[in-house]
Amino acid sequence: MTKTPLGPQHDIVVELPLAQWHDDVTSRVQAGERFAGVYCSSRSSRTVLDALLVDDHQVRCFRTTLVPDPDGKFSYPALTPQLPAAFWYERALRDLSDVTALGHPRLDPLLLPRDPGQPSPRPGHTDSTVLDRHVHSRAADAHGPVDMSGRGIFSLPLGPVRSGVFESIEFLIETPGENIPHLNIRPHYKHRGIAKRFEGRSVADAVLIAERVEGVASVAHALAFAHAVESLDGTAVPRRARLLRVVHAELERIANHLDVVIRLCEAAGLAVPTARFGWHKESIMRLVSALCGSRFGRNVVCAGGVAMSPRLDPDQTLDRLQPITARIAADQRQLMGDSTFLDRVRGAGHLDHELAASHGAVGPIGRGSGCRDDARLRPYDAYDEIPPATIAVDQRGDSQARLQVRLNEISVSAELIRQACDRLQTLADAPLVAPIESVPDGYAIGWAEAPQGEVLYSLHMHDGKVRRCFARSASLHNMLLFHDVFGGDIFTDLPFIEASFGLSYAGVAM
Amino acid sequence: MFWATRGLRDGVVTSRWPAGDDSYFDDFRAAVALDEDGADPANSVAAAAAACPTEAIAVTPALSLDRGRCIMCGRCVAHAPNTFSWSPGSDVSALRRGALVVGATDESDDALDELQAALSRRVRRLRRSVHIRHVDTGSDGSDEWEVAALTNPVYDVHRLGIFFTASPRHADILLATGIGTAGMVEPVLRTLQAMPGPTVLIAAGADAVSGGVIGGGYTGGTGLAELLPIDVWIPGAPATPFALMHGILLALGRLPRPAPDGHDGRSS
Repeated sequence: MTKTPLGPQHDIVVELPLAQWHDDVTSRVQAGERFAGVYCSSRSSRTVLDALLVDDHQVRCFRTTLVPDPDGKFSYPALTPQLPAAFWYERALRDLSDVTALGHPRLDPLLLPRDPGQPSPRPGHTDSTVLDRHVHSRAADAHGPVDMSGRGIFSLPLGPVRSGVFESIEFLIETPGENIPHLNIRPHYKHRGIAKRFEGRSVADAVLIAERVEGVASVAHALAFAHAVESLDGTAVPRRARLLRVVHAELERIANHLDVVIRLCEAAGLAVPTARFGWHKESIMRLVSALCGSRFGRNVVCAGGVAMSPRLDPDQTLDRLQPITARIAADQRQLMGDSTFLDRVRGAGHLDHELAASHGAVGPIGRGSGCRDDARLRPYDAYDEIPPATIAVDQRGDSQARLQVRLNEISVSAELIRQACDRLQTLADAPLVAPIESVPDGYAIGWAEAPQGEVLYSLHMHDGKVRRCFARSASLHNMLLFHDVFGGDIFTDLPFIEASFGLSYAGVAM
Repeated sequence: MFWATRGLRDGVVTSRWPAGDDSYFDDFRAAVALDEDGADPANSVAAAAAACPTEAIAVTPALSLDRGRCIMCGRCVAHAPNTFSWSPGSDVSALRRGALVVGATDESDDALDELQAALSRRVRRLRRSVHIRHVDTGSDGSDEWEVAALTNPVYDVHRLGIFFTASPRHADILLATGIGTAGMVEPVLRTLQAMPGPTVLIAAGADAVSGGVIGGGYTGGTGLAELLPIDVWIPGAPATPFALMHGILLALGRLPRPAPDGHDGRSS
């Protein structure tokens, strides 16, 4: 059972001239392929635009080379008018690569507000010395846009320092008082310049960066990166490592889903369930630390396999997991029968199925609106051997649906861990890693299903180092939909809707 | 109404620390220890130093390890296991940034005594209960999980009179996580300005202490040392809930057995 997890990647790059690229990408998405991002890479010789499209079997990169205008500036006709899902990506690539999407409806800064004349970081470019190291925060601190006017409408900035222990992000809410007809999201405050932090690093060091793109989904990001490296190298990951990866990825999913439950209960002011699920989550994190020493499953995944032998054997793992999942199951039955709780989440933050589908919403947000997509269906690691029993899908599209999807996924995850541990019993002394001596130059795509949804890594290696790595988190892709879910919802619904999205803002701001 | 009985069914799950012992506090490997006299060949120690992704290990003038930079990847332990080892115990926070550098020559005890005395004068009024304002200055998100875990029933810091507050006007402690990105400089400074004195500032996690492996890019972010007058440094990647509790109680002078240095710099 040793084979390349993602299979050799043939024909994953389609090179097209710009005019044809634009038509091809938009018509493919209209024909049903899922748009998963567009980004720019600056190389010394040329500047290229990559659009990532996903169909049922594979992820492909549609590439075009940009030609500079006489001033040396780059631009191209925007995808956003035809593909609204590109709205943020095209703003981000203007911030980071100084490439302008012509005809884009709003080219405000998204990730990196730059003063006029300030250079852009240009991910992919080997020369980083031209950068102004400190982008002054005054630029970031400018007042946000105000889009609505009318009698009694005011703009309320929520953040960047939030009211509680949250990651920093700013929501500019424009409101006549109660309902939220419009809001702007400004994630740039905690922009860490992740893309450039990958570059020039060895595979082993880049895994450390990947684990920190979204620290709460360290395993999924490390896996997506490792998958890209492994398919470039043609490495066959040992079966034991592939099963252990599933154990860690599913424990991470349970912990993240419990975090969403805690935040929903907290928003509802339900002290006992908040405490109960808080205890369950702590129990899961302690199990993870008992397995690997880190509460977030860090330093477990390496390119070629798993870096260390687990400190618990499969029996011990299951013995510790079983009572935790039993308690979770009992408490979730109680929670989903609690009308004071359900009244808060039912109908709140409704996301249309049509919008979710046209946006290509991933993860529990997409599945909560009837989009049956899960990166585990394009199998990697041991998911071909033990596929998830069901893919939880809910058609209702509200906060309750997203919660129900997650609760169902917790039991599916527990079952996957049980199956993986059963198979690990007989593999106690099997190898954990297929060493990768040198990674060939080239381009590959890796993916994994994080608790927040599909994580895509688009990786270009050169001389054994990362030349360009585009880490597409589910959080970045899905966050844009947060604009569109406040139908008749009011201020007090916002904490529920935000919690039900369950996104990591580190992965949005990059 | 059924929640009340459900809440009682599993008994007390809360840790006994700091009044009593807790094996998770004592056994969790929250730092790397350094034995300068470890029986490793010089080249494997040099290899360990070279492999460190955050350059936390210095070989000259003397061998030292900066726990404030350490992201716990364990490469040094793999290269030179007699010199570097996982150190159990969550009592890793320190009152001086320099005290996180193990193996380096320590400053005199007088300087530390002075620092500690000044801090305890400042926190004298905070002995009963304190309010914490948390600010994320560019974390990877995991630090927030660990800070939020302090209020779950296992750690339950409310029993120690430690509360989180939304308003900086009510806050006594500023607990900062993240690398200190350019965009968060102004917001965190404004938060601090809005806090009434006396204030205590805590940097939590390797990101906040030194920028870790992510910091130092074009948005700055090499930790909070140059931005804020930090009182307590909590290493860790991220700092665990017990390490955070230790750091908060260290700031308040409420540790059960106050170590002379906040940390002795070596594992026992």
